[in-house]
Amino acid sequence: MHMLSQFNRKTICIISSALLLALLPMLATLAGEPYLVSLFSRILIYALAAASLDLILGYGGLVSLGHAAFFGIGAYTVGILAHHDFEETALISWPLFIPGSDSGLVAWPVAILVSALLAAIIGALSLRTRGMHFIMITLAFAQMLFFFFVSLEGYGGDDGLTLFSRNTLPGLDLGDDVQFYYVCLALLGAFLFLAGRLVESRFGMVIRGCRESEKRMQSLGFPTFRYKLLCFVIAGGAAGLAGALIANQVEYVSPGLMHWTRSAIILVMVLLGGSGTLYGPVLGAAAFLLLEEVLSIYTEHWMVYFGPVMILVVLFARHGLFGILVGKENRHG
Amino acid sequence: MLLFIEQILNGLQLGVTLFLMSAGLTLVFGIMQVINLAHGSFYMIGAYVAATVTALSGSFLLGLAVALPATAVIGMLVEAIVLRRLYKKEHVDQVLATFGLIMFFNELTRIIWGRQPLFMDVPSWLSGSVELIPGIPYPSYRIAVIGVGLLVALFLYLMFTRTRIGMQIRAGASNREMAGALGINIRLLYTLVFGLGTLLAGLAGVMAGPILAVEAGMGESILILTFVVIVIGGIGSVRGAFIGALLVGMVDTLGRAFLPALFRMFLSSAHADGVAASVASMSIYILMAIILIWRPQGLLPAHS
Repeated sequence: MHMLSQFNRKTICIISSALLLALLPMLATLAGEPYLVSLFSRILIYALAAASLDLILGYGGLVSLGHAAFFGIGAYTVGILAHHDFEETALISWPLFIPGSDSGLVAWPVAILVSALLAAIIGALSLRTRGMHFIMITLAFAQMLFFFFVSLEGYGGDDGLTLFSRNTLPGLDLGDDVQFYYVCLALLGAFLFLAGRLVESRFGMVIRGCRESEKRMQSLGFPTFRYKLLCFVIAGGAAGLAGALIANQVEYVSPGLMHWTRSAIILVMVLLGGSGTLYGPVLGAAAFLLLEEVLSIYTEHWMVYFGPVMILVVLFARHGLFGILVGKENRHG
Repeated sequence: MLLFIEQILNGLQLGVTLFLMSAGLTLVFGIMQVINLAHGSFYMIGAYVAATVTALSGSFLLGLAVALPATAVIGMLVEAIVLRRLYKKEHVDQVLATFGLIMFFNELTRIIWGRQPLFMDVPSWLSGSVELIPGIPYPSYRIAVIGVGLLVALFLYLMFTRTRIGMQIRAGASNREMAGALGINIRLLYTLVFGLGTLLAGLAGVMAGPILAVEAGMGESILILTFVVIVIGGIGSVRGAFIGALLVGMVDTLGRAFLPALFRMFLSSAHADGVAASVASMSIYILMAIILIWRPQGLLPAHS
């Protein structure tokens, strides 16, 4: 009976938030606040980034403080492709001519691939270590990328790149905020569904086993390094997709997207919502961005209040918002 | 040649600053097993306090004399109020809470001192330049920074190898339960080590004050370099921090100074400068990656 009520609480939470998100553009129009649509697009995009981090953080137990690197690379992929498309110059002119593109069907998969490839390189190096080393190394590699783009004058350097317009998708007009919002919602929903299947699969069980005891998983014969690396790559690719979306939303990319404070904020969203739940980070992203929005109305110094709140969350509300809503027994793993 | 020696000295100066930052932090990591992102905040606090006191009193030494105990006391208070509750928590909690501390301190300095950066003058008695090697004048202030850094390194070396408190810190680092059982007050020891670490960070901040702009967020740019130093040197190892700091200081400074000339040998000059700037900004991270492949635990890990 207790189990059943737990199950119901979780299902009710998820269904009601899905309904709310699906109806949001309508509600925003009714309330006369069309600005809410773009705020919630931003929330959905950060929710995707945070949920992807939760795969490695919550399920794999790997504290990566460089997740914004993949977010930023995804954004820059879209930005650079659009830049060449607009200027009608070659992305690569030798050995074969490759032009830029403003099509989402090209740019988004490329963004996922590029960030997954980057995650494979960074993961292969940083997964050789664990614990504090891993935190510092992921952070350092992300900063390396940040400085690389700051000094990359060809693509705007410090100032970043402005997109001429949003990407194109057949049959849709992404320039329309409501249509763009539903694209973000659909992609987030698809990711949560696939990631939910993944963590319950054999692969997911191995990853969760590694979090509890990697030695034991190795003794059982699992090549844990390869499992963790693949998980890192999947999370990186999904963060790259989130980056591609944010580039479209603000029509601007800059090195700031991959600054380490951005990584920290994505991490804060995961923990605020509850790690190891996939849905928690969505709540966390919403809570963080809404709180930022509301607090900054009252004071430009909102961080002086938010900092201590985070410390209190760590000390007293370890299971995050999702844990409070559905009860901690229902958390995965 | 002249330029080369000057750049070596610049590298040394960045190196000793990084050493002051990483010596304290590596101890906190190694001994308390706590990841502290807020270490850069104490660097910032040191710089702000020194800049303010120096501007009010006109005396750099007085600024230094106030800033050092101030950062140490604030550090020990933060340890007692926040950090102490994090020792038994997971790393991810420590990251979150200390990131909260960064947000708090950065915003607090903006409230107190505003958004405009402060500028600190080099004290008049150090404003000239000296010819260490005949024909190569170098600013006295930067030489003083190098001197202070090397003196602190010597002091730490003697403290760890020759004194009782140094022995207790080493004992606490290798086995905290055993050290506690042998009658060392671990709690007090942790607070003292943390205070020592923040004092050194404050010292680094004061010395950087006249060279850089004093502004909110200045601690984070050096924090990342400090992490690179600690990864290279090995967590918990002060000797490793010294070697790592000098390596990072040299590679970063020399890379920025000489890579453009190097690349101009192969590429057109407009192109070369861009590529060189990118590679130079990444050089220390590439160094870190290479050392990581070769020795994942760092050059001189504390528990090897």
